[in-house]
Amino acid sequence: MRGSVAIAGVGLAGCGEAPGWSEMEIAAAAAQNALADAGLSARDVDGVVIASTNIFMSGLALAEHLGIRPKFTESSMIGGSSFVGHLIPAALALNAGLCDTVLVAYGSNQRTGTGRAEAGRHKMALDPQPFEHPYKPFNPPSSYALAAARHMHQYGTTREQLAEVAVAARRWAQLNPEAYAREPLSVQEVLGSRMVSDPLTVRDCCLVTDGGGAYLLTRAERAGDFPRPAAYLLGAASAHWHRQISSMPDLTLTAATESGARAYAMAGLGPRDVDLLALYDAFTINTLLFLEDLGFCAKGEGGAFVSGGRIAPGGSLPVNTNGGGLSCVHPGMYGIFLVIEAVRQLRGEAGARQVPGAQVALAHGNGGVLSSQITALFGTRDTL
Amino acid sequence: MSPPSGPEKQYFERLAAGRFELQKCAACARHVFYPRVLCPHCGGGQLDWVAASGRGTVYSTTVVRRKPADGGDYNVCLVDLAEGVRMMSRVSGIPPAEVRIGMAVKARIAEGLVEFTPA
Repeated sequence: MRGSVAIAGVGLAGCGEAPGWSEMEIAAAAAQNALADAGLSARDVDGVVIASTNIFMSGLALAEHLGIRPKFTESSMIGGSSFVGHLIPAALALNAGLCDTVLVAYGSNQRTGTGRAEAGRHKMALDPQPFEHPYKPFNPPSSYALAAARHMHQYGTTREQLAEVAVAARRWAQLNPEAYAREPLSVQEVLGSRMVSDPLTVRDCCLVTDGGGAYLLTRAERAGDFPRPAAYLLGAASAHWHRQISSMPDLTLTAATESGARAYAMAGLGPRDVDLLALYDAFTINTLLFLEDLGFCAKGEGGAFVSGGRIAPGGSLPVNTNGGGLSCVHPGMYGIFLVIEAVRQLRGEAGARQVPGAQVALAHGNGGVLSSQITALFGTRDTL
Repeated sequence: MSPPSGPEKQYFERLAAGRFELQKCAACARHVFYPRVLCPHCGGGQLDWVAASGRGTVYSTTVVRRKPADGGDYNVCLVDLAEGVRMMSRVSGIPPAEVRIGMAVKARIAEGLVEFTPA
């Protein structure tokens, strides 16, 4: 699979607040922007991929909305990691010759749309999770809080170290005019903000925004046919060991250890080759766990690793350069934005937040409650 | 499909009758929680109900913050049972913030659910 497919176009839509727009309309608007970026039209798309927390048969709905009669449709729903995970079946379909141009799209109006609380109640009725829901965890934050508490207990990680993650994300967001939360943020402000589920405050938790994104995937032989430089998929792998937090074997060790190892092996790369990371930071603990589990520091040392601004602008390891789910955008499922930021950095079009000379980017998707883990490595043409 | 219901229903029926029981695999002898059709450790198909010891240790804990008007803060935790399985639950009888990782706890049944108190 290494180097066999490439991203030809990316697009965002409705990030922040998009009142009056439906989920599918936001996804379609993002698709429109990705198609324009690639110099293509919807008529050129013969594979459609989407995931939704709400829309039934979302792949059919996306194709119908865009007037596409696809040869390949995929709508696996594995939480926020879905749109990183979609790289794998899309690449397989392209390499098998089932289709030529795959659109992966996502849209959500969870901030301004109506009925979010009602939808939550319906979901709970349909999927009762009788071994967790009766205890009323405030999920997802409580599940991540349990992981953070265990990491603090086991490794001495501090709330200040968790707060460093939020501050680094905010400092990157201040360099990104498209980011939602750009006002200054200090460690003390993170610690002093409203506690949600101990030890996580509201500033340890991702944003709740609207927004959508899309990317177009083609075989690498066509990668030179598009206006913008292609970002090649060098490696991708998925792993999951549980769904519910009560079934996670070790709350300080995620399946990213496995997805990362397999993605690195496919790419023939290791952590030292990575110029920037896009890690699914639904909560501050995520960034620590994924830095550890993807080999950027030893297990338990994530807190010390992020201290002193190491992952912030000017630090030695650029992480979540768009501002992440903590400060840029998080419409419920963030995965597609990881891919889009990796591509923009590899193209050299990230403006004030550009990582100079970025050649290899790692996008790591997380879904559920530290459940689904998908690691993808992208590279410029020079890395093939 | 010989049993009259699935293991989830059987588990809650036992709790309703005042019995906290776990499954134990006849093939690998490991305990199983939550109740399942197949053993998640070895794939074995015979899971027998056995009484739980009720002894456990808090593996992790959080205080879910809630407005006093809505009932106030409460505890949610993960408890490792002596049998080697983990479950989500709560520790009652002490303030939610005083629940500590590593704390020894013992099970009781309250309103059809397993909860814990300090041992």
